[in-house]
Amino acid sequence: MRDGAGEPIIRVRGLVNRFGAQTIHDGLDLDVRRGEVLGIVGGSGSGKSVLLRSIVGLNRPVGGRIEVLGTDVLALDDRERRVLEQQWGVLFQDGALFSSLTVAQNIEVPLKEFYDMPPHLLGEIAAVKVGLTGLGEDAGAKYPAQLSGGMRKRAGLARALALDPEIVFLDEPTSGLDPIAAGEFDKLIRDLQQSLGLTVFMVTHDLDSLYAVCDRIAVLVDKKIRVGTLDELLRDDHPWIRSYFHGPRGRAAQISADEHSTTSRTPAAISA
Amino acid sequence: MASAAATVVASEEAGAIVLAAAGEWLVGAAGELDRRLRGFSLPSRRQVTLDLAGIDRLDTTGAWLLLRTEHDLIERGNAVELRNLREDFVPLLDQVRAGGRLAPTIHQRPAHHTLAGFIARIGRFTIGMFTRTYSVLGFFGLVCATAAELVTHPRRIRTVATISQIEQTGVNALGIVGLLSFLIGVVIAYQGADQLRRFGAEIYTVDLLGVSILRELGVLMTAIIIAGRSGSAFTAELGTMRVNEEIDAMRTIGLDPVEVLVMPRLSGLLVTLPLLTLYANLMALLGGCLMCQAVLGITIPQFIRELQYALYPRTFWIGVIKAPFFAAIIALIGCYEGFQVSRSAQSVGQMTTLSVVESIFLVIVTDAVFSVLFSILGI
Repeated sequence: MRDGAGEPIIRVRGLVNRFGAQTIHDGLDLDVRRGEVLGIVGGSGSGKSVLLRSIVGLNRPVGGRIEVLGTDVLALDDRERRVLEQQWGVLFQDGALFSSLTVAQNIEVPLKEFYDMPPHLLGEIAAVKVGLTGLGEDAGAKYPAQLSGGMRKRAGLARALALDPEIVFLDEPTSGLDPIAAGEFDKLIRDLQQSLGLTVFMVTHDLDSLYAVCDRIAVLVDKKIRVGTLDELLRDDHPWIRSYFHGPRGRAAQISADEHSTTSRTPAAISA
Repeated sequence: MASAAATVVASEEAGAIVLAAAGEWLVGAAGELDRRLRGFSLPSRRQVTLDLAGIDRLDTTGAWLLLRTEHDLIERGNAVELRNLREDFVPLLDQVRAGGRLAPTIHQRPAHHTLAGFIARIGRFTIGMFTRTYSVLGFFGLVCATAAELVTHPRRIRTVATISQIEQTGVNALGIVGLLSFLIGVVIAYQGADQLRRFGAEIYTVDLLGVSILRELGVLMTAIIIAGRSGSAFTAELGTMRVNEEIDAMRTIGLDPVEVLVMPRLSGLLVTLPLLTLYANLMALLGGCLMCQAVLGITIPQFIRELQYALYPRTFWIGVIKAPFFAAIIALIGCYEGFQVSRSAQSVGQMTTLSVVESIFLVIVTDAVFSVLFSILGI
């Protein structure tokens, strides 16, 4: 894989976000290490998506510093920003595919925007991404409206991977999927992360996802963040974190993860 | 990143062909690599070695190009060997290989760009028009039945909602309707004066203005503005409610969407459109009056006296009587198209456009029908 596993690829310091009188983040610090899958959890309205949007530049924070791959994203001009944007891909909640284009054309959009490629190569790369994300052979020619929710997410992931980014941001990748499709999507993320050496920043509500794919988990509580491995967080005695991981759903996910751990789960720390 | 060189060089070595790949095989270099790979005249039935020792970085696109080359070589009967593949690239190549060799999607020309597609579209459009007319009539019947029921059960009439609709479609529209009518009055007076002056008949500008505004233009302009302003709002409001499943929720609670949503809009507009027409008439006459004074030197008392000669009460009524019909058309089409929205946000926009076009079209057609009717009746 890529060099320098473990060093911070995203560094957030003293992030402040405020909407009107409501403070969302107050001096939040976060490091995302290269080659890890970081899960972001927190209650509704705790600012998980706002954090993601701040890092990718869709939301300008009130204060703080955000570095991605060593550059300060808040101080970039348009040209530098475009260069940096090639290094990440974002999967939005419902895929956010362009509805007037087919899946293959959706994947070609970033390629056409950034590179000069002959049309046949564009088509081939799109087909590779369609295959990588486990979509069927005929999915490339379909329009987003013809796809199921799970396929839309896969297609959204294929577009996010179009430029072979180093970092992938996923906003609730398994929400709205049935448990089987969610499990398959988790596996897909894990597989791609390991083979492509991706760093994954995943906002999620899905406890099963956390157990199945995340190396570390960041919990948004009290406008700040607490990061740790699953085992560390299970020992944390913050009331919200306790009720999150030790509530009935948390325990159920833990049990099912334990049952599968011997067969499917290989920590990325070893492979990286 | 794209600048770092990615190369592929062919050479002969002890009877075998060696393709040596080197550099950063990343998506940025793919266009150039693709050109170069296609530039090779591929051998057949030979021993070919792909030497990957020089590859520093590899991503899925680079991996695809390698696998494609390997595949093309095997197709031609060559024996292919991958040499010096770095350990850490293996999972990546496996992943791309596991994705399978899918055929690239061919983007077909949309069917409606062909002649047959064009004819088919005309046919579909025609059939669609008939079915829609049928369906609109059905909706009209449903609204009439609901209205009849409300007359017998007046306690079910939603007064607050109706008043709120009167405010939104009437009071809030006063500004735009007034301004546009005033300007129409100005334009007609100016154009009329310009033409009639050649015959020394400037004073008849007042007659022209009065008759055209009261009989036709006042009500027509108002209806068109309201179709664009409130008809579209009806469609968008009901359409958004459909997207959010609010209308389904209403049904499960036992509320009748026609009674709750359509009737207040219809009755509200039935009240406001005639009133707005009256207001538009006055504003247009005011505009015309000021213009007559400015261009022709006709004073306000003179203007009013001339207007009294030119107009009869029925001139006014012929205009205003059309207003409730236009109101019904705008409200019915606006609500009907709102109910036609499917569960996507995109269709809200489509239906809103359709609703405005249809209601303006029907308003003008109805106006023409009225003109024919009045001329037959000799009014």
